[in-house]
Amino acid sequence: MSESMASITAPPPLSVTVHAARVTHGGEALFDGLDITLAAGRWTCLLGTSGVGKSTLLHLILGLKETEQRAGGGDTVTCSDGLPLAGRAAFMAQTDLLLPWLTALDNVNLGRRLRGSHDGGEVEARALLDQVGLAANAGDRPATLSGGMRQRVALARTLMENRPVVLMDEPFSALDAITRIKLQNLAAELLRGRTVFLVTHDPLEALRLGHRIHVMAGRPARLGEAMEPAGSPPRNVDDRQLLEMQGDLLCRLAEASS
Amino acid sequence: MRALRPLIILAGLICLWQIVVSLSSVPPYILPSPLEVAAALWRRADVILKHALLTAAEILLGLTLGAFLGACSALSMAYFRPARRWLLPVLVISQAVPVFALAPLLVLWFGYGIASKVAMATLIIYFPVTAAFHDGLRRTEPGWLDLARTMNASRASMLLHVRIPAALPALSSGLRVATAVAPIGAVIGEWVGSSAGLGYLMLHANARMQIDVMFAALFTLAVLAVALYFTMDTLLRRATPWLPDSFPDND
Repeated sequence: MSESMASITAPPPLSVTVHAARVTHGGEALFDGLDITLAAGRWTCLLGTSGVGKSTLLHLILGLKETEQRAGGGDTVTCSDGLPLAGRAAFMAQTDLLLPWLTALDNVNLGRRLRGSHDGGEVEARALLDQVGLAANAGDRPATLSGGMRQRVALARTLMENRPVVLMDEPFSALDAITRIKLQNLAAELLRGRTVFLVTHDPLEALRLGHRIHVMAGRPARLGEAMEPAGSPPRNVDDRQLLEMQGDLLCRLAEASS
Repeated sequence: MRALRPLIILAGLICLWQIVVSLSSVPPYILPSPLEVAAALWRRADVILKHALLTAAEILLGLTLGAFLGACSALSMAYFRPARRWLLPVLVISQAVPVFALAPLLVLWFGYGIASKVAMATLIIYFPVTAAFHDGLRRTEPGWLDLARTMNASRASMLLHVRIPAALPALSSGLRVATAVAPIGAVIGEWVGSSAGLGYLMLHANARMQIDVMFAALFTLAVLAVALYFTMDTLLRRATPWLPDSFPDND
């Protein structure tokens, strides 16, 4: 399948640094002075319980949420090439965010449509649907697809944007266990070489996919020391090391939330 | 069966009407029997048709104009913040004044002809269409807008490709209400001052104690309104084929 990727050349890898991020919500700081680096071409996973501020951090990196001005000025989010990240990060959310009035194919091709370019894109969109195994469903509307299929269309749409950085907010959490594992494998394969930031509350998912795993906890939230599991993602679910680390991570999460 | 159902309902209502007339022995100048009305309908078909066509034209023009103005208002409120601030109060005030109370004024300003009736229907329709569409445009799923922003979509493009299609179900509801009330506007306009139209014909027949003709005109108006509603309903369903129908035919 990696040969068929030749139709779309991935942009050169880019690392993203968040420095001294601060967001307050209702007078209380969700996080303050938070630093995180998304290594170029790697998966960085952020684990945490609900409401800890994971999604807020992701939205901040995406530029959908403003960071509060800190003393000394300077940008909170910087890229390794010195240019702003805006317009170079693709977004995949927990819900598929497919537009119900468009077919699967048109949903994959949504970015072009929104940017007002009417030329083509259809060949690439079809190729990507083929890669996620939905070539036969190109003309179907989202309502007729299953949850797993819809999230695969969303993955194809994310790939269609062909951005060096991909930010994912619990993209597989609404799926059943088997479908989730399949989609994790597919995402790991198709997003190889891109800088991925995955927010999740599933330790096993982080361990399967992440090169680096951070645990976010507390209020204001801080990041714990990063874990770096051996081997390259996607790691097998029955990997002994993984299961041990999962236990460790669960303990850390439980401890942090008590 | 599905197509027959309205006809069966109609037949049932007519039977009930006939039974009431037969049992109560009301004089025909109070409540004529269905047969007498049918006879009047047949006898005066050419006159009724002429008036009905005019009323239909008033309704359709009012509906088009009201829907167009309503949609434009909602869109400008969604796109321009000052429009939202200035138009919304105007909209509320326009509803605070009873539109029917304006009918004599409209006749004074626009004359006895078709214009005052179209204006009346337009005014009645304008609010439900604007309110429904504006509501729909406002309630776009935030995730879709976030996604569009990460795709570098302009505001205009987001409006065109995300907000408007997402608001079509709400607009449809507004248009359905508008279709149901548009005939009221036209007929009230005709009552206040006109020399043609089904509303005029009803008043004219009433004054001459031709109650059967009045009922025939009323019947024609009802048929017109129902036909209009079903046509609009069908068109709206076709325009939003992705919408789920939780009352499927086999429910």
